[in-house]
Formats: sequence, structure tokens, C-alpha cells
Amino acid sequence: MPATLSRVMMTATDTMPDAADRRSWAEWLDGHSGRIMVLPAVVVLLCFAIFPLIISAYLALSRFALASGGFTLKFIGLLNFRKLLVGSQQYHLLGKFGTFGFVQFALLALIAAGLFFLLARYLLRGRPTVVGTVGRLLATAMAMGLAVLALATMAPGGVPGTVVNTLLYVFVGVSVQFALGLGLALLCGQPIRGRNFFRVLFFIPLMVTPVGIAYTFRMLADMQKGPFAPLVRAFGISEWSWATEAWSARLMVLVGDTWQWTPFMFIVLLAAIENQPRDQVEAARLDGANGFQIFRDITWPAIAPIAATVVLIRLIEAFKIIDLPNVLTGGGPGLATESMTLHSFISWRTQDLGGSAAIGYMLLFISTIVCVSFFNFVVRPARRFEA
Amino acid sequence: MSTEPRSLARRLFEPASIDSQAPVARVVTYALLFLWTLVVVIPLYWVLITSFKGPGEVDNGPFYLPFVDFAPSLQAWDFMLVQNYTLRPYMNSVVVAVASTLLAVLIGSLAAYALVRIRFQVKLAAVAIFLILLTAIIVAVATFGVRWEIAIVVAAALFIIALFTLVGRTQLAVGNNDIEFWIISNRIMPPIVAVLPIYVMFQQMRLLDTQVALIATYTAINLPIVVWLTRDFFAGIPLDLEESAQIDGASKFRVFFTIALPLVRSGLVATFLLVLILAWNEYLLALFLSNADAQTMPVLVSAQNTTRGPQWWNMSVLITVMIAPVIVISSILQKHIARGLLVGAVKG
Repeated sequence: MPATLSRVMMTATDTMPDAADRRSWAEWLDGHSGRIMVLPAVVVLLCFAIFPLIISAYLALSRFALASGGFTLKFIGLLNFRKLLVGSQQYHLLGKFGTFGFVQFALLALIAAGLFFLLARYLLRGRPTVVGTVGRLLATAMAMGLAVLALATMAPGGVPGTVVNTLLYVFVGVSVQFALGLGLALLCGQPIRGRNFFRVLFFIPLMVTPVGIAYTFRMLADMQKGPFAPLVRAFGISEWSWATEAWSARLMVLVGDTWQWTPFMFIVLLAAIENQPRDQVEAARLDGANGFQIFRDITWPAIAPIAATVVLIRLIEAFKIIDLPNVLTGGGPGLATESMTLHSFISWRTQDLGGSAAIGYMLLFISTIVCVSFFNFVVRPARRFEA
Repeated sequence: MSTEPRSLARRLFEPASIDSQAPVARVVTYALLFLWTLVVVIPLYWVLITSFKGPGEVDNGPFYLPFVDFAPSLQAWDFMLVQNYTLRPYMNSVVVAVASTLLAVLIGSLAAYALVRIRFQVKLAAVAIFLILLTAIIVAVATFGVRWEIAIVVAAALFIIALFTLVGRTQLAVGNNDIEFWIISNRIMPPIVAVLPIYVMFQQMRLLDTQVALIATYTAINLPIVVWLTRDFFAGIPLDLEESAQIDGASKFRVFFTIALPLVRSGLVATFLLVLILAWNEYLLALFLSNADAQTMPVLVSAQNTTRGPQWWNMSVLITVMIAPVIVISSILQKHIARGLLVGAVKG
């Protein structure tokens, strides 16, 4: 007891001058608590996003060379970009241009007309602002450029480069995943038994490590030893290998990617469907509306904002694809399945740091413009539609 | 939504509405769902049974059923887990994923809470000057060979001078929404753009191929997601509780840790699980920042492509142990993880 007492006394006397100190310290802390709370996040992002981004910009504009005991950096302006866009690396990044035939011209005319229509509608109907106009012009130019690139490299005699491969993974992959996810969500949204079982099971692939998926699909697609080998033999194509043909290899990557990401679309869209106004659905059914009418007039308007948002989230992630092509096909055959991130990684491995950073920056540029455009021209209108 | 407890009325009426479809439609629905069940299950099943095969069972054509058309063995498991050092990358993965997720959730939720509850005004001029000076430091050090210590001191001095002279006269400021947008927009940046400088940075600090490097980097890349998700959970809790605590004299930190955090517990769990799995599966950054000591599972698995061709049986063991915890977690706690996804998607 005396011991405790003395300890209390001790601390009491000890902290007498300290207490005032601590109070002012605490007051200061409380006064600045907002800043202190945000500070760690800002510092982490400055160190790992902004600072590297600036250094990367510098790297993209310089030539990196190993020297004795270190390395040298020489500022060379836009030479890295020139090498990639028109120089020795053009074949790798952009691909080889084929000859434009009638089909290519027709498709191009169609895309150009569509883009022109959207632009004209904005300028004539809405109240054009400077930012809005510049943004739309930029988005239109980017869409047009990418369309020309995709059409030219996929035309007869052309070979798609890593940019077109990435776009293929992004646009074809995300569309297929969205369609499948929506279809499954609509099926599961029916009054059926075991909905929770399907919900849990269909969710799993999303969480499986992509590297694991890549090897798994390599095993499954093995023409001699895979589970589908008897089927393949029955069709008499067991000597053929998907890995040696450009389009079948790309398809393989898309299949793996779709297996993984369809669940994401599914789980979110299912929740949105379950959340749709039930009374309206019931009323429509009583009025004799068929399934398609209910979907068009009630379900789709109810889930459109969420649908637009999931696609946006998926777009952002899809541009970063590397695991699947790297492990599934190693980017091959040739560079048929190589994505831009993988291209950048390969440049880094061959000590071409400047080129690697330049590719990274181009990817950043393309993905930012596509995602921001999608947000402004699809997600926002979809939300306004709801409100 | 599915996470709500079902009301008594719905539970009573649901059996009547279940299977109320026309028979043909019902058969088609179940058939399609069953088909997709196969699509999901077959790859996982194949990995699992291949891990119990040996070279013979794999090479002599496909065998589908253990005990029926091939005799399962634990050879590959023994080889990968007992004779080889698989345990070390596994522990690396666990440590890196858990530590980085904890850090990201802590730092991110602190920032999200502050951004929801406290009004910020940062002068645009200050941000601009900061970025210009940062660029100037990099150019000075890289091109003109200025020592980096000197560059930083000079830049800091210039920044402070600018703060007191120029910045006060400007009006433009960025608010909470802008800061939040900036934090979240970092997720758009492809990691490949940032990873080269991060690599060089850790090389200079002699931290390459350590768990610390991976933990710090993963924390940074997952931070935007944490802020994005937790922001909404905090915005959803009523102000009065926190206010009454503040009147009683509790500091903002105290309010955060004792009142706000416990209130958004389930949201935090959702965020934690989602980020944990993202960190567990991460590949690109680990590929750059680790090669031997700190190697994580995805890198180990991807490096299994030996010259004799991949040894599917050993590979399958690795894949199984890598994805098993994820599958277990996501099937048991599916509701929680999906909740994290939903919050993100619904708000955007």
C-alpha cells in the first residue's frame, strides 16, 4: 500500500511540470489532427506515386547505360518515343501495318462517322464549354488514332503490336466479361433455389491468383495430356497447338482473363438486380409484360449506373494486364500476346530503362484518357439518368 | 441487398415464389447455371488432382478420377513442401500481405476519416511550387550532378520562403474532394510506370529483395482502394456520437480510434479482406523488387518453367497451396468481401 501511494505521489510530483507540457503538446496535436491524419497517406503516395512518376518522366527522356561502378543517364529528349513510334521499336509497339482493303475503309468510315456525330451533337445541342470541347477533341483524336492503328495492324499483311494487344484484352475482354457476368446475374436473379450456393461458387475465380490461373489454363489446354485431350483427338487436331498461332494464343489469354473477371461483374450486377424495385417488376408482370420488356424498362435503368461503374473499375485494372500473358504464353508466339506492361518489363530486362519508362508513360496516357473519357461520357450520364 | 437479414414476411413468402418460372425456362436456367458451375470447378479440380499425380500419370494421357483410373500419391507434395524451400516464399507472402494490408488499412482509414470529417484548404500555389521544386531536385541531381542532400535543403528553404511570400497572396485552393480524387486516381496509374524508380530507390537504400520493400510498395498501391472504400463507411455514421465525445474533451484521434473505427468494423473487415487478397496475388511489383530472399508465391510459381518443360505435378502443388487459403477465405467470408466490392461499385 505505501509503495503504491509513494508511486502515485512520485508520478504526481513528477508530472507536475510535465502535465502542462503534455497538455500543450496534446492541444497542438489536436489542432493539427486533420493534417496529421492525412499526412501518412500523402507521404506514402508522394514517395511511391508522384516522385516515381516524375523520375519516370525523366528516365523516359534519357538514355540509361551501365558504366563502371554505376550508371550514366544522358538526356536525349524525345528520342525514346521516336524510337518506339517510328524507329526500330515500332514493330514491337505498334506492329506492322497491313494494306487497307474495302472492309477496313468501311469500318473506319463508320467509326469516324460515329465519333463525328457525337462531337457534332455536343457542339450543336449542348452548351459547349472550353474544357468540355478540348476533352472531347482529345478523346475523339485518341479513339480515332487507336481505331486506325487497330484496323491497320489487323488488316491482311499486318501484325498487331503490343498496343493493339492491350486494347484487345481491354475492350474484347471487358465486353465479354460484362456480357457473361450480366447473363449469369440475370439467371441467378430469377426465383431459383441455391442462389447463395451459386453466388459463393461463381465468386471464387476472382480471388484466385492470376499466375495460378495462367498455369492451370496451360494444363487444361494441353493437347496431349490435358483433360480435353480425348475430345481434341476425336476432332483429329491433337498435333495442332494453340500456342503456336497468334489468334489462338490471344484467345487463350482472353479465356483465362474472362474466367477470372466474370465473377466481378456477376457479383456486383447480381446485387444491383436484387436491389431493383420489386413492386414495379410485379406490377409489370401482372400487366403481362414479358421478360425482355421487364429487363429493358425496369431492370436495365435500375442497374445502369452500377453497370457503368463496374465496367470503369474493370477498365482501369484491365490496362495493367501482365501476369496472364507472361506466364501463359510468355508473350508469344512472337509478340502476339504481349501486353504493353509486359513490353515495358522486357525492355527493362534488356537494360533499356529509357524505352521501358517511355512505354509505361504511353500506357499511362492511353489508359488515363480512355478511363476519364469513359467516366465522363458513360458513367456520369448513366448516373444522371438514375437521378 | 443480400446482406440484409431477411424479413419474416419475405421468408414466409419466398418458398411460393421460388421455382415459379415456367418449366422450360426453369430447366434452361438451371442448365446454364450448372454449365458455368462446371466452368468454375473444372480448372480447380484439375489442379487439385494433378497435384496427386506423378510424372507417369501426367504423361500417359489424361486421368480424371483418383483411386479409379490412377493411384494418387503424395510424391509431389513431399518434393515441394518437404525437400524444397517452398515454406520460405510462403511465409514471405503471408508476412508481406498481412503487414502491408494492416498498414494500408490504418493509414488509409485515418486519411479517409479526416477527409470526411475535417475541411481542408490547401493552396493550389503551394502544391504547384512543391511539384516544381521536386522536379527541379530530380533534374539537378540527375543532370547536373548536384549532391542530393544539398538539393533537398535548398529546395526546402525555397519552399518555405515561397510559402511565406507568394502563396499567401493567391486565392485558388484545393478542397477535400480534390484531395480525395487525387488519392483515388493514383489507382489508375499502371504500376509499371512507377516501378522502375521504386526499384532504383530501394537499390540505393540497399533494401532490394527485402520484405520491407514489398510491404512499403504494396501499402502504397492499395492505399487508394482503402481510402475509396472506407470513406463511404465513415460518411455513413451519424455525427452526434462523435460530437458528444468531442464535447467531453476527447481528441480527434481518440474519437477516431474509440468511436469511429468500431462503428465501421464490418466495413473495415470487408476492406481488409479485399486488400489482403489483392496483396497476396500481386505479381508485377514482386517480380521487380524480389528475386531470392523476399520472393513471394506468385513469383515462385511463375519461375517454375524449367528447361525440361513445366513439371505439372509439382506446379500443381504450388498452385494448390497458393490458392487454397484464398478460396477458403472467399467462400466463407464471401459476403464480407463482396460488400467491399459493392460499396466501391455502387458509389464509383
